[in-house]
Amino acid sequence: MRAPSRRAFLRGSAAAVAGTVAGAAAAQQPDPLITEVQTWASATGEGVDATPYGLPIEFEKDVVRRNVPWLTADPISSINFTPIHALDGTITPQGCAFERHHSGAIELRKEDYRLMINGLVDTPLVFTYADLERFPRENHVYFCECAANTGMEWAGAQLNGVQFTHGMIHNMEYSGVPLRTLLEEAGLEAAGDLADKWIYVEGADASSNGRSIPMEKALDDVLVAFKANGEALRMEHGYPVRLVVPGWEGNMWVKWLRRIEVLDGPVESREETSKYTDVLEDGTARKWTWVMDAKSVITSPSPQAPITHGPGALVITGLAWSGHGRITRVDVSKDGGITWETARLGTTQGDSKALTRFYLDTEWAGEEWLLQARAMDDTGYVQPTKAQLRAMRGENSIYHNNCIQTWHVKANGEAENVEVS
Amino acid sequence: MSKCLKGLALSTLLASPVLADGYGLGRPALPEEIAAWDIDVRPGGQGLPEGRGDVFTGEEVFADYCASCHGDFAEGVDNWPVLAGGFDTLGDKDPVKTVGSYWPHLSTVWDYVNRSMPFGSAQTLEADEVYAIVAYILYSNDLVDDEFELSHENFAEFEMYNADGFIVDDRAETEYPQWRVAPCMQDCKESVEITMRASVLDVTPDQGEDEAAMSDAADGTSDAAAVTEVAMAALDPELVDAGETVFRKCRACHQIGEGAKNKSGPHLNGVMGGPVASNPDFKYSDVFLAAGADGLVWDEAAMAEFLAKPRAYMKGTKMGFAGLKKEADIEAVIAYLKSFDG
Repeated sequence: MRAPSRRAFLRGSAAAVAGTVAGAAAAQQPDPLITEVQTWASATGEGVDATPYGLPIEFEKDVVRRNVPWLTADPISSINFTPIHALDGTITPQGCAFERHHSGAIELRKEDYRLMINGLVDTPLVFTYADLERFPRENHVYFCECAANTGMEWAGAQLNGVQFTHGMIHNMEYSGVPLRTLLEEAGLEAAGDLADKWIYVEGADASSNGRSIPMEKALDDVLVAFKANGEALRMEHGYPVRLVVPGWEGNMWVKWLRRIEVLDGPVESREETSKYTDVLEDGTARKWTWVMDAKSVITSPSPQAPITHGPGALVITGLAWSGHGRITRVDVSKDGGITWETARLGTTQGDSKALTRFYLDTEWAGEEWLLQARAMDDTGYVQPTKAQLRAMRGENSIYHNNCIQTWHVKANGEAENVEVS
Repeated sequence: MSKCLKGLALSTLLASPVLADGYGLGRPALPEEIAAWDIDVRPGGQGLPEGRGDVFTGEEVFADYCASCHGDFAEGVDNWPVLAGGFDTLGDKDPVKTVGSYWPHLSTVWDYVNRSMPFGSAQTLEADEVYAIVAYILYSNDLVDDEFELSHENFAEFEMYNADGFIVDDRAETEYPQWRVAPCMQDCKESVEITMRASVLDVTPDQGEDEAAMSDAADGTSDAAAVTEVAMAALDPELVDAGETVFRKCRACHQIGEGAKNKSGPHLNGVMGGPVASNPDFKYSDVFLAAGADGLVWDEAAMAEFLAKPRAYMKGTKMGFAGLKKEADIEAVIAYLKSFDG
């Protein structure tokens, strides 16, 4: 069966809106789904073991990662996007969490896995995967956001879907060993004063993506993770072991982690000089812009998640996060930022450096809206507008665009990515 | 590093007790192991191996290994990175960020070429080849003359064009004080106008049509699958599987199978048994076009000889691949290619 095209779907949804005058219309005819015995209520279903590892039911097959082919030269060195328009809660299932590879996702068996710690340590060490499982381990939920998330929107509203404008993000519960534990196992006496020391981390894949991280962060909350959401990491996320660098840009979360070197200065690798640096209006560039500032976006309604149910009760929902800590508040505007109301946070107390879900339980009478969300974190940082960011940085930064996003909700329930004055 | 020192948590973190004896896990790394993996090169040249390479040699090596994606003059092919030019454009509307115009450290170029390139054959270059490639990239940026030779001896003397073009993240000083203020809730602006719409550009992938295309492809598989099965009948499935693994060395540039497209190399469906240079949409090197015009056919012998030493067999090929050393690998990958005949 051929899936309907998105445009056809949107036409359908518009018709549905037009046909529904009141929120809850009285039934004219008995509903055969209720009055007739359905096949699934009579015949038996599938037995256990039909799918030893379960996948989403076929009706959810549209909820998948998607890429933007024109962005990169080749899918081997590219990125795709999490379908955040179709998810709820905060945890991202691994199977639809965005991927970013520099030389493709590799197959590396646990048995073939080695992690080396060398440089300014007392004893350079090699760990096997089995060794890592013998250290005391912790569980933490963190978001991982690519520094280029929303990067295509600097110069204007460009991609019409929250998956594409904001989908370079996922949020998982990681199980792993604090990096501090491993560094201490190798011994940091040899490093002397740690205040000006760095670590350099690199992956085992062909790009051997490498980044320099100040020792302060390395000893704080960085995790050497081998499980996500309770199960082994997926190949595309660095199986068997990846680095988790809470609140900092995704490029530093080195996958297939194979080496950690203690150094007296940064390596200034390709990924921290020619890439992941932010060109300002005058042509100078900021480097070491590691922290992901507070950001939020409404995931529904949005261009890929139009209002299909007609006027009446409506749940506006979205995600908020901050690399500085916890989200304390999210405000929503329906008029493009003239007035704001405070949304309800979907978790009683948001995790630090993790996604927070917010809801605004509201009414829609079929009017046009310019929907925006604005996040605040526990440092008091308020998510800026695109105009504020542009005034500060120009339009060529590529990275770290955490501006307030606007969706134009139309009378037929469709939504479009727009910029407003 | 001063910004790290400003962190209030630093003193606490660094003062926490360190476990005296650790957990007794892991084993000491051997010097040979450290030497094999510790290859990073830093701005002062720390980590550079001894070696040298000049622009002239670099031009040849670059043509062999790099030009299929980056272009003969480092100008970039298709969407692949441009390595040369773009000077003084960083403040323009669309800055051209190349090695010459943007990269602040020469060590980064050496380190990246050595560790991550050529795409699909990383860490196969000799140190002298890396020096030569880096020298050629500098030459292609008009930063050195054609007599230039780069070596571990003169490496540290070289200053990049944009060496002073970077500042350390200053958001904490320039941005946060402005944005850590109580947000406005009412009458925040007088009016609001829509100034731009995503639909004007229309560059969003159409998800519905993606799926339609996919199911079209799926609909068409029955015939293709039948043909493939016939061809597969004569092939040893284990050999084909082994060939699929070997083919990973090829897939940075070549696609094969259902929906395969030309990339920097032609797609390889039906290549075995067909005439050389038979894909009408691919821009072959002259040597391939000539061989095709002469009636050369990709039989097993020709393919085996080509794959063993591509540049010896096809002088002038742009294929940046050194060749397969093991005969077993050649045999396997040929079996794999054959499994996509028809």
